[in-house]
Amino acid sequence: MLILALSLGGCVSNSTSSALDSGANQVQLRQIQSRAFDTTDKTKTLRTVISTLQDLGFVIDKADLELGSITATKLDGYALRMSVTVRPRNAKQLLVRANAQFKEAAVSDPAPYQAFFNSLGKSMFLTAQNVD
Amino acid sequence: MRPVFLLLTAGFIVGCQQGIPEDALAIKPDTLERRQLESRRFVGGKEGDILSACAGVAQDMGFTIDESETKLGVLVASKTREASEAGSRFMVALLVGGNAANSMDKSQKIRLCIVVKPVVGKEGTEWVVRATFQRMVWNSYGQLNRLEGLREPELYQQFFEKLSKSVFLEAQKI
Repeated sequence: MLILALSLGGCVSNSTSSALDSGANQVQLRQIQSRAFDTTDKTKTLRTVISTLQDLGFVIDKADLELGSITATKLDGYALRMSVTVRPRNAKQLLVRANAQFKEAAVSDPAPYQAFFNSLGKSMFLTAQNVD
Repeated sequence: MRPVFLLLTAGFIVGCQQGIPEDALAIKPDTLERRQLESRRFVGGKEGDILSACAGVAQDMGFTIDESETKLGVLVASKTREASEAGSRFMVALLVGGNAANSMDKSQKIRLCIVVKPVVGKEGTEWVVRATFQRMVWNSYGQLNRLEGLREPELYQQFFEKLSKSVFLEAQKI
C-alpha cells in the first residue's frame, strides 16, 4: 500500500492540512453527495448499494450494517474509491450519502454523484430525492 | 505577462489533476453482460452456509480473508502473487537488458469480493452469488503498472464450479 501511495502520490504536494481539507462549501457538498429515499429498510438499501457498486465495476472493501456504511474501490486504469453511508433521515426516509476519491483528489463535481444516484435509484425502484 | 502565467498555472493544474471519467459512475451497455458473467443463482440452502462455502472456495484458491459482514452477505479476500513467469523475465533480461526486464510485471495483488443476495424465487428464497475480481500489478521498480478488473470468463466459470461442489447445490445462470 505504501508503494501504491508513493507511486500515485507524485503529483500532489504533501501537506498535513489535507487531513482537514473539505474542499468546496460544506453545505453545498452535502447536497451534492446526498439523496433521500422513501424507505426505512436499511439492510435492503445497503444490499442494493452493494449490488449497484458491483454493477459499476467496484469491488467492495468494507461493509458494516450497524454503521450503515459501504466502502468500495474501482480499478480501471485508475483508482476510484467510494464510501456510501445509509442512515435514517426521518420516520419515513433514509438518507444515502456518497463520497468519492479519484486518484488523490476528492470528487466534488456534481455530475458523477448524479450518475451514481441515478444508477442506485433504478436498482431500488425508488426515486432519489434531493435534500436541502 | 500575467495571462501567460495564469495559463501556465491552469495548464499545470489540469495536467496534474485529471478528472474522474464521465461514465465512471454510470451504468454502461455491458453492465448486464458483466452481471451475468459474475453471478450465479442457487436454490435452497441458507445464506450463512453459502457464504461459508464461498470462504472455503476462496481459501482453496489461495486467498486470505480481509473483511466480512455476514449480515450483508459480503466477503472480501486477497492474495499477493508473482505476476510473471521467472523464465520469461530472465529471457527478456538476456535479450533486451535488465531495465526492460525490471519494467515488466513483477508482483500482483488480486482482490476478490463475494456478495450473496437473497432474491424471491419460485421455490421461496433463492440466492444470487456475485463474485468480482480485480488486481494491482507492480514492476521490479515497485511502480504500479496496472489497475484493472478481471473479466476472463474462465475465471468465473471455475470459481462457480468449485462453489457448486462446495455447497452441493447446482449453480444456475441468472
